[in-house]
Amino acid sequence: MLTLKKLTPARIWLLIGYAAAAAALFSAPMFLSDFRLNLLAKFLAFAIVALGLDLIWGFTGILSLGHGIFFGLGAYAMAMYLKLEAGGGKLPDFMGWSGLNQLPWFWKPFENFGFAVLMGILIPAVLALFLGFFTFRNRIRGVYFTILTQALVIITTTLLVGQQAYTGGTNGVTGYSKILGQSIASSDTKRMLYWITAAVLIAVFILCRYIVKSRFGKVLRAIRDGENRVRFIGYNPAVYQMVIFTISAALAGIAGMLFVLHVGIISPSMMGIVPSIEMVLWVAIGGRGTLIGAALGAVLMNWAKSEFSTTYPEGWTYFLGAVFIVVVVFLPNGLMGLASKFKLGKGKRRSEPEHDRVEYPAV
Amino acid sequence: MKKKWFYQMGLTAVVLSMVLAACGNNEEPASTTSGGNSGAASGDTIKVGVLHSLSGTMAISEVSVRDAEIMAIEEINAAGGVLGKKLVAVEEDGASDWPTFAEKARKLISEDKVATVFGGWTSSSRKAMKPVFEELNGLLWYPVQYEGLESSPNIFYTGATTNQQIVPAVDWLLENRGKKFYLLGSDYVFPRTANLIIKEQLKAKGGELAGEEYTPLGHTDYSTIISKIKAAKPDVVFNTLNGDSNVAFFKQLKDAGITVQDMTTLSVSVAEEEIRGIGVDVLQGHLAAWNYYQTTDTPANKSFVANYKKKYGENRVTADPIEAGYTAVYLWKAAVEKAGSTDVDKVKEAAKGLEWDAPEGKVKIDGETQHIYKTVRIGEVQADGQFKELWNSGEAVKPDPYLKGYDWAASIKPTE
Repeated sequence: MLTLKKLTPARIWLLIGYAAAAAALFSAPMFLSDFRLNLLAKFLAFAIVALGLDLIWGFTGILSLGHGIFFGLGAYAMAMYLKLEAGGGKLPDFMGWSGLNQLPWFWKPFENFGFAVLMGILIPAVLALFLGFFTFRNRIRGVYFTILTQALVIITTTLLVGQQAYTGGTNGVTGYSKILGQSIASSDTKRMLYWITAAVLIAVFILCRYIVKSRFGKVLRAIRDGENRVRFIGYNPAVYQMVIFTISAALAGIAGMLFVLHVGIISPSMMGIVPSIEMVLWVAIGGRGTLIGAALGAVLMNWAKSEFSTTYPEGWTYFLGAVFIVVVVFLPNGLMGLASKFKLGKGKRRSEPEHDRVEYPAV
Repeated sequence: MKKKWFYQMGLTAVVLSMVLAACGNNEEPASTTSGGNSGAASGDTIKVGVLHSLSGTMAISEVSVRDAEIMAIEEINAAGGVLGKKLVAVEEDGASDWPTFAEKARKLISEDKVATVFGGWTSSSRKAMKPVFEELNGLLWYPVQYEGLESSPNIFYTGATTNQQIVPAVDWLLENRGKKFYLLGSDYVFPRTANLIIKEQLKAKGGELAGEEYTPLGHTDYSTIISKIKAAKPDVVFNTLNGDSNVAFFKQLKDAGITVQDMTTLSVSVAEEEIRGIGVDVLQGHLAAWNYYQTTDTPANKSFVANYKKKYGENRVTADPIEAGYTAVYLWKAAVEKAGSTDVDKVKEAAKGLEWDAPEGKVKIDGETQHIYKTVRIGEVQADGQFKELWNSGEAVKPDPYLKGYDWAASIKPTE
């Protein structure tokens, strides 16, 4: 459904569906309690990472198990701003108890909101570009690339935990009070932050759709399906891989910034190996290679996690694990694969090629 | 065709799990409940939150504290409840993940409208929950010894702060075991902050620092560090390792031929429960500093230990954080009864100066810091896995989370 087609009735219905989804997103504050809205906002932030991951995994065939890092770096950039804003010129509390008497030089510019936002996007993007430059150009791919991203996760989290005086250690950075002079706890600010998150998600979704439908997106899919063939035709896959990996990391950074605004804490545990793998699972469960599937997967899985853990505080991990296994075993193309199965069953023949379905193991 | 069957199974399973989640919301068993909209003190029940890690790496420690808190709640209900109302525990899983603690705390206060929450273990989880409790004016009872330098108007700390555990332990060691200290800890906030304080204390009191090492949580190879310790020949190893690392460290220490006669090892995160896990053979003779041991001789402790074992099994042990969790529930009850209400501000006001005969002895809430007065105890591990008390402070020590009463600690005062 994501391949370029002319304006058919099905496509019109699709557009109406998108419009309805957008309307539902924006009107959610009217129906949800503050707590539920806060949860939804967090899930929407996760959906943004999932979209970025889908770009590289679903569409380009690169599996990154290190997106927690990019997410975390964005989150830390925002957290540094919020912490300084809350301190009102005073040293952040954890520096005090870690024996620092002066604000480190690299913290200073984060007093500026604009700078923090810029860094929240740039730092993950540059790190991804750097990693991509040394891997894709040297044709390191598949499992080797995935292992490298895992190594990056371990290095970064160890560094963050070890440098307690500068990063807050395992506690992370928490205890915010204001954003741009407004109280971060007030309902108005929260609603505004929710709307911003919803708007960013829609913008990112449109951007991703634009990317995958463009010529650039076709090359990405071609790389996924046969990297060597693409090279023989005369393209340089490394450039495309670097660019899309960088975009994906930047999106994770944006998601991280929004996450901190809603959750009020970032710690290394949020960017470790487990969350990084979880992010990939959202995409797998929603349906990799379909943007809407990735976004839905992130929202649904996190909603399920929250509901299960509330309902069955002692056994929820088993339920969640069961859902993972069921989806992986019975729905290899995720929930969207299921949806398209049912649609296809009505009219078209099964043998018709599905452009967005990934038929081979991605690693 | 086989494929079709696959998809149908998948769909069925997904739908089934969703239904399961929805159903669970509606059933409300008598003792624990989830969801629901009634206020904290409406009707003839009062809801209280219990928020510990029931899954993940911290579950092994936190489940025991949860058990003690549930036991206290059931005991209170059996004796007629609080203000004539029965307590209903709303349980949530913090999942050893700090943002989850923040999320669940928010849920307990704003959705379930609980009167108070008992929960947390790691400093990280407390730091994550603190802004939520302050924002929504909730009430948290935190039951574990910690690194101090904190005093939130919305938290009561029933575990020890540094001047009720670490500082007196270092004083005692300097006096009885020697001047040369080797500091070993897991790499996170509590050990680093604790060691910062110890180093200042050693400087001021003529102690000597032989070395300082941190290992990641879950680290299991201590051969390098043990050879460093051997070379440095300290009188005391001050151990702030947490969890599994203790198993590896103490085993390898014994394998390296270092005995308690060669040097003293004092731990601040090894209690009765950990001894069960590590094995008494490698721990016998080593020291620990706490405010409570299962062997602490008070009338309240006899019935506490007996009830705990009766409820959860003869092989279970009680330990300091377990006792602190249990004490927290009773202190809250006393404060509510004094205030005649579960209103957070009234309960806080009523809690000032409140006393209670806890299993660890008489405790008293310090109104200013919302910590409690506690007796410091240094114990030695015996062959039966229990502690023998070598020394205690004689009276309950006033909490001083910011170490204001200690001149040498001037440089570690926080900026808050």
